[in-house]
Amino acid sequence: MRRTPTSEQDLSDLIQSSEGPIKIVGGGTRDIGAPVEGTRISTAGLSGVTLYEPGALTLVAKAGTPLEEIDALLAKEGQRLAFEPSDLRGLLGTEGVSTIGGVVATNASGPRRIQVGAARDFCLGVRFVDGMGRVLKNGGRVMKNVTGYDLVKLMAGSWGTLGVMTEISMKVMAIPETETTLVGEGQTAVQAVESLSAALGSPFDVTGAAFAGGKTFVRIEGLEASVAYRAAELANGALAGFQPVSGAASADIWTQIRDVSAFADRDGAVWRISVKPSDGPRLVAALEDLAPQAIYDWGGGLVWLHIADQTDGGAARVRAELAKMGGHATLVRAPAEVRATVPVFQPEPAPIAALTRGLRQKFDPHGILNPGLMGA
Amino acid sequence: MQMPEPSSRVLSRKDHIVARLQSVLPQGAVVHDPIQTRAYECDALTAYKCPPLCAVLPTSTDEVSAVMRICHEEGVPVVPRGAGTSLAGGALPTADSVILGVARLNDVLETDYDNRFIRVQSGRTNLSVTGAVEEDGFFYAPDPSSQLACAIAGNIAMNSGGAHCLKYGVTTNNLMGVTMVMADGEVVEIGGAHLDAGGLDLLGLICGSEGQLGVVTEATLRILAKPEGARPVLVGFDSNEVAGHCVSDIIKSGILPVAIEFMDRPCIRATEAFAGAGYPDCEALLIIEVEGSAAEIDDQLSRIIEIAKRHNPVEVRESTSAEESAKIWLGRKSAFGAMGQINDYMCLDGTIPVSELPLVLRRIGEMSKEYGLDVGNVFHAGDGNMHPLILFDANKPGDLEKCEAFGADILRLCVEVGGCLTGEHGVGVEKRDLMVSQYGDDDLEIQLQVKDVFDPAWLLNPAKVFPLNVTETRRAG
Repeated sequence: MRRTPTSEQDLSDLIQSSEGPIKIVGGGTRDIGAPVEGTRISTAGLSGVTLYEPGALTLVAKAGTPLEEIDALLAKEGQRLAFEPSDLRGLLGTEGVSTIGGVVATNASGPRRIQVGAARDFCLGVRFVDGMGRVLKNGGRVMKNVTGYDLVKLMAGSWGTLGVMTEISMKVMAIPETETTLVGEGQTAVQAVESLSAALGSPFDVTGAAFAGGKTFVRIEGLEASVAYRAAELANGALAGFQPVSGAASADIWTQIRDVSAFADRDGAVWRISVKPSDGPRLVAALEDLAPQAIYDWGGGLVWLHIADQTDGGAARVRAELAKMGGHATLVRAPAEVRATVPVFQPEPAPIAALTRGLRQKFDPHGILNPGLMGA
Repeated sequence: MQMPEPSSRVLSRKDHIVARLQSVLPQGAVVHDPIQTRAYECDALTAYKCPPLCAVLPTSTDEVSAVMRICHEEGVPVVPRGAGTSLAGGALPTADSVILGVARLNDVLETDYDNRFIRVQSGRTNLSVTGAVEEDGFFYAPDPSSQLACAIAGNIAMNSGGAHCLKYGVTTNNLMGVTMVMADGEVVEIGGAHLDAGGLDLLGLICGSEGQLGVVTEATLRILAKPEGARPVLVGFDSNEVAGHCVSDIIKSGILPVAIEFMDRPCIRATEAFAGAGYPDCEALLIIEVEGSAAEIDDQLSRIIEIAKRHNPVEVRESTSAEESAKIWLGRKSAFGAMGQINDYMCLDGTIPVSELPLVLRRIGEMSKEYGLDVGNVFHAGDGNMHPLILFDANKPGDLEKCEAFGADILRLCVEVGGCLTGEHGVGVEKRDLMVSQYGDDDLEIQLQVKDVFDPAWLLNPAKVFPLNVTETRRAG
């Protein structure tokens, strides 16, 4: 069954009268997590930008608003969502239209996360309906806000397990005049991460730092003259031998990395792993027996890992190695049977798991919102 | 200021509680003499005072855990305290509470330039975090004006900002992980040297929770490479409204200054009389600072000046040297001190959408006449974080109450135009009762339920953030 409420009140009524679990669907493009059975509630009927003030860098949109619609509106004013939300349709083999609610619920942040912050850092306010049908709000539409607890951050990345978001206010930023990517070849993963660390530790405002397909990439954005200056400083220093690529070719590199395009047409499990950047290559080396393929983003701190093994997607090994260094791993792509048995999200230590359970119990006491999606 | 009645059960057991705390802490780490506890009777919101039952100054996470365990068993409220610089009364004690001061937790635990983070104990001051890395070309970005004194623990509790957060964000955007002691003494690790949460974003929830969810003892903070240079331009206008429009236009242009500071005429005049920075005598002035190499700074400043000139400024003063930069910042940095010379003042922290600046400034001016109290405005205009300073005379009966009523009106106005009560100072006790103007009953209830999860007995800083009548049954246990 599929329901498409057209107002917060509708949604609240639906949740209150629900007799079983609810699977919340934005655009359905990020089908990640343990499979959820239940009535599908779509946010497609809660759509549209309700406020956009370019001079205040703020946008308020209903949760079901297509990302493309927001991107197009912002582009007209030379602005964008700076955290670079990914389009995972290719990787996950999904169709449909990504929504702003889905982006926020999954805290989907791309390569620029290292410099400007994650999706959650751009969320200023949220309206949502919780598991009891309460219509709630938190935050607002201003850049600085410490009025009460920050439930906006909590809702971002909660994958619909605490409430169904209905409206989100966000900070937007200007699209820079130009971008250049410096490309290095012939480095090992360890060498690449050293180069990326050097670039990120420089004063030159690097907005992308990745190692993929044997190439090392460093992105610089901003005013024309400034980008030229910074690219030259880096190429004459920490990134000696790197070659500049500009314009659309540069942009294309980062779209590919953001969307993990390299793994789109290759069968097997895909992990998204966040670690301390210097641990990225160490982790991959420790898993060598699984013949992993890796894309390193975030200066080495975000590892997209491809593992051909279809039994548990390498879960036991990945988590065992990760436990030695710290961080978290999400099994973003695997057959539903695997996702039903292997914890998709990083299992939490007991006291943290107790807090998580406690919060879910308050927001969704009947356990009906995307139950089990993030694990117990 | 209404505070909960202290528990007579706790007061009568003071000797026992002190003895238990002494048994788990080093000598001298429990302050219980009624004369000495007065050092902890208030924070920077000095209008309200109450000495605590006692104050403890632990030196390790384990000691904090032991203290929390005892207080939990004894049913004693705990008020965590960083450096006591809160302007909102976040560290104001009650007579039956234990002040848990983190001042002796001030070590740097780990510095990692390759991975761009520093791990410190939470009592370390904000400025000394930067101090630990600046020789190597790095800094910690959030820079509240109290940064010389304020502690990272308090920065996390209030999600502190500063003048430069237009570019670098506030504490929550620069905090990667914490070690936190829960209300019952359990120690938890949240986040770390990696980015983002693997599950629910508990770190985001803890930052800005005003010491009500746990006591942070260690923090992993993002550090950044210092820019090559920075330089400001000062622009004067003959109306607040025009200055407000100029701010919008700069932001829209795509240049990202690190700071856009705004001062209005009362503040400019007070500052001039006090610091003699040589500011033009005008209705409003902006200080806009950009960063980068010398050439990048020239490029950005020339674009900003071009925008400013479209608004018929009465003066444009571009800094060309470190001395000139210091002079431009001198007045802004002495603004609070200058206002303090004239009279006692109350500093507000409401935040509004930048587009509402002209309206809000005009309304504040009108209200100032109605209340018969002067007000100066100095604030971070780029992000709409206002700091109206209301002048009053603490020795004049009724003046403080009048000032508080005026302040409350200004904050309600901020909420009305789409803003919030506090951008970076926190709610504390000061704005507790105004929470109902921003949030409905359910919006508050869900926040109380969050506290129920972390602190079921409601012992951590229980009389803050929410109106007392709303939390009464929970505090009664």
